[in-house]
Amino acid sequence: MTGLVELLSDYTVQNVAMGAVLLGIASGVLGCFAVLRQQSLLGDTLAHAALPGVCIGFLIAGTRDMGWIMAGALGTSILAALFVLALTRRTRIKTDAGLGSALGLTFAAGVVLLTYIQGQSNASQGGLDTFLFGQAAATLRSDLWLMGGVTIAAVALVLGCWKQFKLVTFDPEFARAVGLPVALLETVLTAMIALAVVIGLQMVGVVLMTSMVIAPAVAARQWVKRLEHMVLLAVGVGIVSGLVGALISASVQNLATGPLVVLAATAIVAVSILLAPGRGVLWEQIRHWRDRRTIGQRQMLTTLYKLAAHHRDPDYPAETGMLDSFHGTRTQRALRQLQRRGLVEPVAHMPGEGRHWVLTEAGRREAERVLKTMTPEMA
Amino acid sequence: MQALFGNSTLMIILTGALVGVAGSLVGTFLVLRRNAMLSDAISHSIVFGIVIVWLLTRAQSGPVQIVGAALTGVLTVFLTELVARTRRVKNDAAIGLVFPALFAAGVLLFNLYARDVHIDEHTVLLGEIGFVWLDTTAIAGLDVPNAIIWMGLVTLLDAAFVVFFFKELKLSTFDPQLAAALGFAPGVLFYALLALTSTTAVAAFDAVGAVLFVAFVIVPPTAAYLLTDRLVPMLLIGAGIGVASSISGYWLAVAADVSIGGMMALMTGAFLLLAFLLGPRHGLLAQEWRRFGQRHADASRTLVVHLYEHERSARVDEENVVSALEHHLGWSTARARAVLARSLKHGLVLREGDMLYLTPRGRETARALTEPWAPAEI
Repeated sequence: MTGLVELLSDYTVQNVAMGAVLLGIASGVLGCFAVLRQQSLLGDTLAHAALPGVCIGFLIAGTRDMGWIMAGALGTSILAALFVLALTRRTRIKTDAGLGSALGLTFAAGVVLLTYIQGQSNASQGGLDTFLFGQAAATLRSDLWLMGGVTIAAVALVLGCWKQFKLVTFDPEFARAVGLPVALLETVLTAMIALAVVIGLQMVGVVLMTSMVIAPAVAARQWVKRLEHMVLLAVGVGIVSGLVGALISASVQNLATGPLVVLAATAIVAVSILLAPGRGVLWEQIRHWRDRRTIGQRQMLTTLYKLAAHHRDPDYPAETGMLDSFHGTRTQRALRQLQRRGLVEPVAHMPGEGRHWVLTEAGRREAERVLKTMTPEMA
Repeated sequence: MQALFGNSTLMIILTGALVGVAGSLVGTFLVLRRNAMLSDAISHSIVFGIVIVWLLTRAQSGPVQIVGAALTGVLTVFLTELVARTRRVKNDAAIGLVFPALFAAGVLLFNLYARDVHIDEHTVLLGEIGFVWLDTTAIAGLDVPNAIIWMGLVTLLDAAFVVFFFKELKLSTFDPQLAAALGFAPGVLFYALLALTSTTAVAAFDAVGAVLFVAFVIVPPTAAYLLTDRLVPMLLIGAGIGVASSISGYWLAVAADVSIGGMMALMTGAFLLLAFLLGPRHGLLAQEWRRFGQRHADASRTLVVHLYEHERSARVDEENVVSALEHHLGWSTARARAVLARSLKHGLVLREGDMLYLTPRGRETARALTEPWAPAEI
């Protein structure tokens, strides 16, 4: 506990924690719209496209000035989005090839510019590499003010246009019909993915930022149904994964922050997909097993009942092997389960034969009840 | 012969060209199947495979790495499909969840265990094509760069796959249902294609890194797609663009003293841009030109229909005159003059003084437009 207090009073750690909170807010809020509008992979392209912008910002400012770097990154990200749009709207190139081309080319441009800057032997160029994978520990207080400003602006925009954004996201046709400027709103929503990328530059880096756009939103979606709740929860997931990643990276030497943040977020996604109440894959699987068991038992009951009826002997003993071949599967388990429920019981049989089973009085009643719920074809 | 393999310039360009050719061979089918982003996912996540294989065997390249990469690529796609099959996550988000996680795990393992090896974060992303000629293996008394050996083998493998399974690939790319109905197992072929993409990615990894590879796979086929409608030319043009990018990229990079791999990848973009602007059928210029010609043809048709309608009317003297075009058809003077000039040139209209007459050909054009059901008179 004292270790934690010590950690939190450290100046760098405070910066890192604040950066993580900002990252969480931005990626959580903006990512929800990206994921719901099925633009997840656009985030990947826009994140890679930020790299040349980082270099251009650096070249303009001449130093590692966060303001110019963020402006440059935003600029090239949006240009990349426009390039994809032009390519896919004006020619027969499909979205995936457009996105992939823009991603590869902008990143190549970034690499070229990065090596160009390194070739200038400028003393202050050292910090640019950290934008590849993020280095939370390199965050300055002044960077935080900028990140905070951009985050607040983005959140204010989302709150201000909440109704419009929501409508465009879920029902663009209806939004168009009621006279909303759908094209403009969609452009703004796309540009906001670039905004989230820019805010995450310092913490996660350009290569992995795509994950921070997608993961918090996907995780949040598993637990809640309403957009309001989803956005809030995504912010929480973003903050938690940002904090986990940033604090580990700040306390261990030479660990890039981005991969840690991404792994934390992915772990939360995995848990959410498996365990979220109602939607969890694990619960569904359990329901599936339970249903199968119930159906197996019901089939067995009706089989025994019909055998007894056919032989005009309520206590007709049916052999396990015969039931197996009749059902085309092993029936031992279903019989055991029925026995535990007191619906069937084993009876004495000839030596060398398999076990024999009869319906109990309760079993007969249960079988009659089941048969009544069945349609004639099923029975 | 040794002078050839000892020539660093030649070796670098050859490596880049091989990456370009191999990349567009597999990339063509990925782009046509609309799965281009899977190459992005695969090339990121093989980093995970590479570091795992390295930790287990300490092999930085070679056959084990290549098999490991092929498995990682297939694993990536398998995991993506697994996540998408839960129906909790859309397909695109599933891709975007799986590969960054594998990539992040790979980078982290590099950070933790591979600090002193020459592979570092930069190589992971950017490659070191400028140094490929340093790392050589002696073959038949010749020191051949490892990158050339492995890229050459993988390129041959890709080419052999495309040649031997050309019919099957073509069918399952353009008509997967028919391919399945005929028993060609398009799913198996698809996984083989993805395994080959991963193999190519890991062979190209030392040269161009994980991300630049994406440009070599997607951009040349995309540019080629704008230049041709046929599969074989598309494959050839894509490979050609890869080679041309490697050559031009090398010289530009040397001239500007920047990353060679980056410049080669960027040059593929120059070709894409050229195809986008100047492509013969799908390029922007060709589209505009077609639209321009269409507009003029439409105007000429309007003119002949106008003349045809008024030919036998009482007011033929005031309708079928040059000055009427501006008032009755609402054209500007310049437009009217241009349309008239074009129609005269195409022999649709005759002019005598101010009066305009239809030629037999002009009349037939107008009649076909206004009464398309009537049989031709001539």
